[in-house]
Amino acid sequence: MSAPAKLPRWADLVLLPLVNLTAALGLAGLVVALLGESPWVAGRLMLTGSLGSQDGLGYTLYYATGFIFTGLAVTVAYHAGLFNIGAEGQAYIGGLGTGLVALWLGDASPWLVLPLSLLAGALFGAAWAFLPAWLQARRGSHIVITTIMFNFLASALMTYLLVNVLIKPGQQSPESREFGANALMPALHDVLAKAGIPFAATPLNAAFLFALAAAALVWALIWRTRWGYALRVVGQNESAAVYAGITPSRVVIGAMLLSGALAGCFGLNELLGAQHRILIDFPGGAGFVGIAVALMGRNHPAGIMGAAVLFGALYQGGSQLSFDLPKLNRDMVVVIQGLVILFCGAMENVFRAPLARLLAIFQRGEGGR
Amino acid sequence: METYTLIVLLLAATLRVATPLLLAALAALFSERSGVIDLGLEGKMLGAAFASAAVSAVTGSAWLGLGAGIGVAVALSLLLGFACITHRGNQVVAGMAVTIMVGGLGPTLGLAWFNLGGQTPQLDGPGQRFLGMVWPWAQTARETPFPGLLYAELLSGHSLIVYLAAALVPAAAWMLYRTRFGLRLRAVGENPAAVDTAGISVIGLRYRAVMISGVLCGVAGAYLSTAASAGFVRDMTAGKGYLALAALIFGKWRPWPTCGACLLFAFTDALAARLQGVALPLVGVIPVQFILALPYALTVLLLAGFVGKAVAPRASGVPYSKEK
Repeated sequence: MSAPAKLPRWADLVLLPLVNLTAALGLAGLVVALLGESPWVAGRLMLTGSLGSQDGLGYTLYYATGFIFTGLAVTVAYHAGLFNIGAEGQAYIGGLGTGLVALWLGDASPWLVLPLSLLAGALFGAAWAFLPAWLQARRGSHIVITTIMFNFLASALMTYLLVNVLIKPGQQSPESREFGANALMPALHDVLAKAGIPFAATPLNAAFLFALAAAALVWALIWRTRWGYALRVVGQNESAAVYAGITPSRVVIGAMLLSGALAGCFGLNELLGAQHRILIDFPGGAGFVGIAVALMGRNHPAGIMGAAVLFGALYQGGSQLSFDLPKLNRDMVVVIQGLVILFCGAMENVFRAPLARLLAIFQRGEGGR
Repeated sequence: METYTLIVLLLAATLRVATPLLLAALAALFSERSGVIDLGLEGKMLGAAFASAAVSAVTGSAWLGLGAGIGVAVALSLLLGFACITHRGNQVVAGMAVTIMVGGLGPTLGLAWFNLGGQTPQLDGPGQRFLGMVWPWAQTARETPFPGLLYAELLSGHSLIVYLAAALVPAAAWMLYRTRFGLRLRAVGENPAAVDTAGISVIGLRYRAVMISGVLCGVAGAYLSTAASAGFVRDMTAGKGYLALAALIFGKWRPWPTCGACLLFAFTDALAARLQGVALPLVGVIPVQFILALPYALTVLLLAGFVGKAVAPRASGVPYSKEK
């Protein structure tokens, strides 16, 4: 393999992602300009719509919460050398577990329901990731393809369950009945109101804290434990791992179980925190946003939190766009999402070599003086 | 008699559903045999579907629409090639990126240009669509059940693109196994270093392969929006690109078995549409979702090695770098 151009660590971690992000946003701006709208106006609208008010900020962080879970899911698999496209399906099935517990024990003590539904979500999500993981580890089936197939299988299963089993009797739309009052994640504005601080009513809820805790946990697990070390070794060089006495297949399965469990926590925010019932297609593409978030965050929990907030802001700002600029709506955000994945993921090498050359010129200039 | 008519109609529906699958699967066949995983299939088809419908709506010509569809799909293929072949980026990530980007771009452009909530205008003018071609004497033949109905429903009455897709299977098989280009293509997907040693450009071959994939995706997209339906709607590919990929794996990266897999998957789709809410003897009503999920479940079983074994081209997904 020809080694990719070497960059200083700070440039690799900060400068290159920024350049890539700028390229993605620049191209998106070009599209907006081609449609006859001003990219500056659109950008300002998205910024004020997402971060300029309590309302916008609440929604931004609410979206970010879900993206942190799916982004972490993609990252854990990525460090083991696996590309998990199945976070969408794992979030969907995980939400089923969360929702079932919430439907079943909705009136029991919150101290019982909430931990149990968190556990059920993680378990269901992990279970949905298990088969692709096992097939990859033991039978060599390509995990990208199997997780795609499992996304479709999850969607078919959930449609069946919602239409035929979980649907609230006497109702047309395929949704379950509402969860009991004790199975809901406390909303931030309620908690703040109790402390005497007024805050706009948004779906931002306690799941945000769980997401932050999950990010810290993932960081500690990957960089501070023996298992995390084994995970990274397997991801970077499988034969070296074998020489070191690591069993790659066990690490692969473990990584995917954790990945699925993290994606499975998505329902905590979306179902217990916001929707309060199980409904059709509730992940709504968050599993794929997780890919963009993980790539942009350089597969580091800190980066993921930043990228998740950025995408939360894009989602919230995007839904504000259509009020003022009728030619634009949230689909534009999906375009930006695709461009970010393209520039930060697939084309990250494009700017690497020119950047390395540019930095070398600067360094030589300083050295000559 | 009644069952016979039903079966003929079911088979005719199978052909119509199989067409875009087959075109997309053949597209992926060329790309993957050359060593480039084609996860952008869905996006290229969707982009072509939008371009075809938009151009056909504006110009009134389905043929110009087809040209635009092919143009867009080839351009997206070149973008993928630039990222994955030239700059050795991750092929899976690039494919996902293009699919997601196009998924947003189509409705965005549609909304801005046509102001119909992201759709293109209904194509109902003359020549705006590839309509079914009625073969000679089809109307008269319909009167006699066998072989008349077979002729009228199964052979006659499809859009030009359906026949084109059918003809492309032997053409692809011939190209892959009987021409010099095909031999090189297969070699570059298995052992690019050997091809390079023989003085043939790996990069050039792979670019040609992804461009062929682009052309075929373009035709598939045009079929979706200007033949199978009358205009573009958001997410109209609805996972067909991934289903085609599954068919390619199911067909073990060979043209004829892939064609068989496409027909099988299309048949389950047509069957699901027919069986909606129908109670069968012994088993009762089978939920449609289970029939629709069948192709995905079958593919997973195949990949697991429980139903035969599918072995991908050895170098697929691995970027080639000369200096090793």
